[in-house]
Amino acid sequence: MALKTFIEAIRDGLREEMARDENVIILGEDVGKKGGVFLATDGLWDEFGDDRVIDTPLTESQIIGTSIGAAIGGLRPIAEIQFADFIHPAFNQLVSEAARLRYRSNNGYSAPMVVRAPYGGGVHGALYHSQSVEAFYTHVPGLKVVIPSTPHDAKGLLRSCIRDDDPVLFFEHKKMYRSVRGDVPDGEYTVPLGKAQVTHPGTQVTVIAYGLMAHYALEAADRVADDGISVEVVDLRTLRPLDKETVLDSVRKTGKCLIVYEDNRFGGYGAEVAAIVAEEAFDYLDGPVTRIAGPDVPGVPYNHVLEDWFMVNPEKIEAGIRKLAAY
Amino acid sequence: MAVSERSAGSGAKNAKDARNALGADLGLSGDDLLEMYRLVALARAVDERMWILNRAGRIPFVISGQGHEGAQVGVTWALEKGKDWIAPFYRSIATCLTFGMSPRDIMTAQYATASDPSSGGRQMPGHYGSHEHNLVSVSSPVATQLLHAVGLALAARIRKTGQVALTIMGEGSSNQGDVHEGLNFAAIHKLPFIFIVENNGYAISVPLARQVAGSSVAQRAAGYGIPGVTVDGSDVLACYAAARDAVARARAGDGPTLIEAKVTRLTGHSSDDQQTKYRSEEELAADKSLDPVPKFREQLVAAGILTPEAEEKINAAIAADVHDATEYAEAQPDPHPSTAMRWVYAEDWPSESPPPWGMGEETASGSDSAPDSDAAADDAAADDAAADEAAAPIDESAR
Ligand SMILES: Cc1ncc(C[n+]2csc(CCOP(=O)(O)OP(=O)(O)O)c2C)c(N)n1
Ligand SMILES: [Mg+2]
Repeated sequence: MALKTFIEAIRDGLREEMARDENVIILGEDVGKKGGVFLATDGLWDEFGDDRVIDTPLTESQIIGTSIGAAIGGLRPIAEIQFADFIHPAFNQLVSEAARLRYRSNNGYSAPMVVRAPYGGGVHGALYHSQSVEAFYTHVPGLKVVIPSTPHDAKGLLRSCIRDDDPVLFFEHKKMYRSVRGDVPDGEYTVPLGKAQVTHPGTQVTVIAYGLMAHYALEAADRVADDGISVEVVDLRTLRPLDKETVLDSVRKTGKCLIVYEDNRFGGYGAEVAAIVAEEAFDYLDGPVTRIAGPDVPGVPYNHVLEDWFMVNPEKIEAGIRKLAAY
Repeated sequence: MAVSERSAGSGAKNAKDARNALGADLGLSGDDLLEMYRLVALARAVDERMWILNRAGRIPFVISGQGHEGAQVGVTWALEKGKDWIAPFYRSIATCLTFGMSPRDIMTAQYATASDPSSGGRQMPGHYGSHEHNLVSVSSPVATQLLHAVGLALAARIRKTGQVALTIMGEGSSNQGDVHEGLNFAAIHKLPFIFIVENNGYAISVPLARQVAGSSVAQRAAGYGIPGVTVDGSDVLACYAAARDAVARARAGDGPTLIEAKVTRLTGHSSDDQQTKYRSEEELAADKSLDPVPKFREQLVAAGILTPEAEEKINAAIAADVHDATEYAEAQPDPHPSTAMRWVYAEDWPSESPPPWGMGEETASGSDSAPDSDAAADDAAADDAAADEAAAPIDESAR
């Protein structure tokens, strides 16, 4: 067991998987000598060389499209998109190609690959360095979407993603890279895809979250605990395939469900979770399924006052819990 | 590198000289040439049958390779079957036949049968693919496949397999951004990659002059520092020669080549297109002279390679193949809805739930979407299949 930052756990995961399987390669912008703009791949180019840690041109569609071809050709590519905000040029390759390859070929082909991208706000990144993009991809059958919240899960899930036979998007909240520390076990442990985790057991309100919001949800749960409100926090970890069972079990127990996400509220990932809970746990509900989510503006504004207004934080979640608990 | 014009030229004085000369400089035997001719003619025959079936209401849609077959067979012949990779496009019938797919494989795709090896009836006709034959699954958004071939070339380089990856598309599609991104990357890394543009002068209705500034795709190769070759796409041997050179360069580690084969589109863009709306009768008549099938045939007859006996044998075999493929595809069952949620992911996930109307348990016939609703035989076949597939939903033969 060792205490690691979020980004150290990711880097260790990458390094150990590359050492384990020579077919694992990394490609992306500035991932080589520089080690990535956040240093997630720091030192890997020195260790594994030019062929396995590839600085690509500034071409996101190429990064993803080439990874698909390389995956067909027997490699296990890990594509780094420098910021999730810049994944949009690769949307066609992800949605039309990576996601559909297995289905459209009736299992003749598949694209086992991982796309890593830093996402999220609260870092003075403004409109184009703060986006949450998960909803675009959780909408697409054929893609898996993973958002870890702890160093333990980040490393264990990353391992599972690299070994998985389907394309996985792995979004890392950039605010957590150095601010979140946690114990990481020694050895080759994995965290399975498609399994949520109850990170705080409780009886009265279920709060469902992922990524940075999973931490804020825990803080909010602590704040209301003093007033006798017992909150169960579910950290989804894998957004698709969704661990419905853990979500529904919790809501059926508490009768109340609050979903927290940083992305724009309208049509966000939490809307799907809300719909599932409403459809499949209706008889157990003692209050409306509610959401605390980012406001519906086209991006996170830069000015710190505006950014604070945008960002979901523990206080805003706390308010949501109190309102729901009162039903 | 400069754009070069190639022609295999058949200036033989008489048939005997030509027999010695034709193909010999390219290392092609008479048997090779006969097989290449068979493939060109087979692709044409399969294609023509598709149109007949379309007009007869048996299949709803045709996208054709007529006029492209010479370039396709010539180019594909230069690759090593079962080793190299091709990411084809929707006109690649001759490419797929040359690389190992059978007329049955092509025809079941037209009927979208459960046994269609390209997609098990999931994709529109023309979206061929076969892992068994290293033909990457075709999708509809044009040009995306270029990056997949570049990725395959990257994997080949890194894994030191000696494979070459080739992709094909039309000149209109070559304007897509993915083409630029991929050519740039392939050239930077000197990947064993070949880009074939089958330039038929039209992207649906829009002519070359409105698609390609400068009217040459091959010239764009210069911007990436790679050779750009223009070749007469109705000249099978010239196409073979150009591709063979490109393969040699790729295998030697000298990087990618762009080959622009000038072909003609002898049919409308697809069965949904009326090309007389934008192409004159004169133009269409003139383009018939660019038909690779009679051209290659005359070349081989003049060289004394395609003797009347040989031709008769080939024609009989093709007729039998096309007949067999049609009969076979006609009799193949439709895919059943119980299989429709399979292969979204490698494994089934309980959270990926079926729709409220289930997986087709009620209605045994899965052919609700077939426009040829009078296809009673198909429906009956699907009924049988429903029973089979419920018991064993994984059709191994369709992978
Ligand atoms: C991204 C995308 N845009 C539009 C289309 C519709 N479309 C299909 S084929 C085609 C024309 C392609 O022309 P070209 O590349 O010259 O190939 P050709 O059909 O002439 O062989 C168009 C516009 C498509 N399939 N994909
Ligand atoms: Mg064209």
